[in-house]
Amino acid sequence: MSELTTEVERLSLVIEIGGMPVRVNTTEPSFLAMLQNRYAGYVTGSQPAEIDFDIELIRPSGVEPDADVSVTQRNGRWTLTRGDFRAEWSPASRSGWIRQSANPYSIDAVLRIVHTLVLARQGGFLMHSASAIRNGEAFLFAGVSGAGKTTISRLAPSDATLLTDEISYVRKQRDGYIAYGTPFTGELAKLGENVSAPIAAVYLLAKGPENRIDPIDPGEAARSILANVLFFAEDEELVQSIFHSAFEFVSRVPVLRLTFVPDARVWELIG
Amino acid sequence: MSRLYLARNPKVAARSIGGEMMIMSGHDSTLFTLNQTAAILWQSADGSTPLDEIVDRRICAEFDVDRSEALQDAESLARELAGHQILQLSEAPIPQPAGHYAAKPAGPTGGSR
Repeated sequence: MSELTTEVERLSLVIEIGGMPVRVNTTEPSFLAMLQNRYAGYVTGSQPAEIDFDIELIRPSGVEPDADVSVTQRNGRWTLTRGDFRAEWSPASRSGWIRQSANPYSIDAVLRIVHTLVLARQGGFLMHSASAIRNGEAFLFAGVSGAGKTTISRLAPSDATLLTDEISYVRKQRDGYIAYGTPFTGELAKLGENVSAPIAAVYLLAKGPENRIDPIDPGEAARSILANVLFFAEDEELVQSIFHSAFEFVSRVPVLRLTFVPDARVWELIG
Repeated sequence: MSRLYLARNPKVAARSIGGEMMIMSGHDSTLFTLNQTAAILWQSADGSTPLDEIVDRRICAEFDVDRSEALQDAESLARELAGHQILQLSEAPIPQPAGHYAAKPAGPTGGSR
């Protein structure tokens, strides 16, 4: 009797960002190879993961990846959609699936969203900022597009370790906050180092005629942090958590304004 | 003339920091920094104190303003805050869960949205 089914090999890798391992399962070797390349430095062995995602690859839809994101929860199950992907994730079962074409951008967006959801319950967040470690401490550099995140990252001296030039990973610890490296890149297109350090300060970037650091009032600090936190979910409880987390953060971490001339001397003020 | 009662939307998160009162709508994640009058309304919105009493006790008593003008401005502001789903408004007292209005940080001042 002939075989009616064929067993398809299930291929997996674990992507660990911010200390949270996420396993991705696919049946397509070329997609796995692409992920290994995309997340180099963040791919770990086959240890147990906190979340398992099965990838279902489909033909490209032609929809722009910057279409609106929708992140909703119903009966404990999250649904994530954008023009180029659809995903579901159940925190209770720690598993989900992603339906997308074979591109790195869709899964990158899913990972960012999932990390924001997990962090929101733990007092942490992803933040639109560059970050780097110097002398054992992490420094975040926040600002609107064009404020200088890429510039300050590019100017980092050799003794600074770049964590990201675009999206910082902030995790709450008992006595402070830790910044982790991320593979989420901006214009520099360079993956951050997969290391972490306690956060010593956040600098709000502004280009100017001299290098200087100025204090800002607590209200402006809180507004600035909230303006730069990445959060996508339509969920009132988690929105409140993020709001309170930002205030907790500014009560523990100095938030300062860094005005800088775009040359390497600015790093003489940091670390 | 009917009286207007105010209550805080329980789905709004609020914090006072550095003398500023900030609130965020859980509905659409909009962040508001309340000005002095809006902060007074927010703090006083207990569901049982009518707006005219709030104006008398917290605005006219503290600021040199005309009562009818202050009441008109306060009602306009209360309706605007209700439009953003920050406050609930009613012509009858609004029942609140026990302990809902425990002491909150005070002293908001400052800017606008």
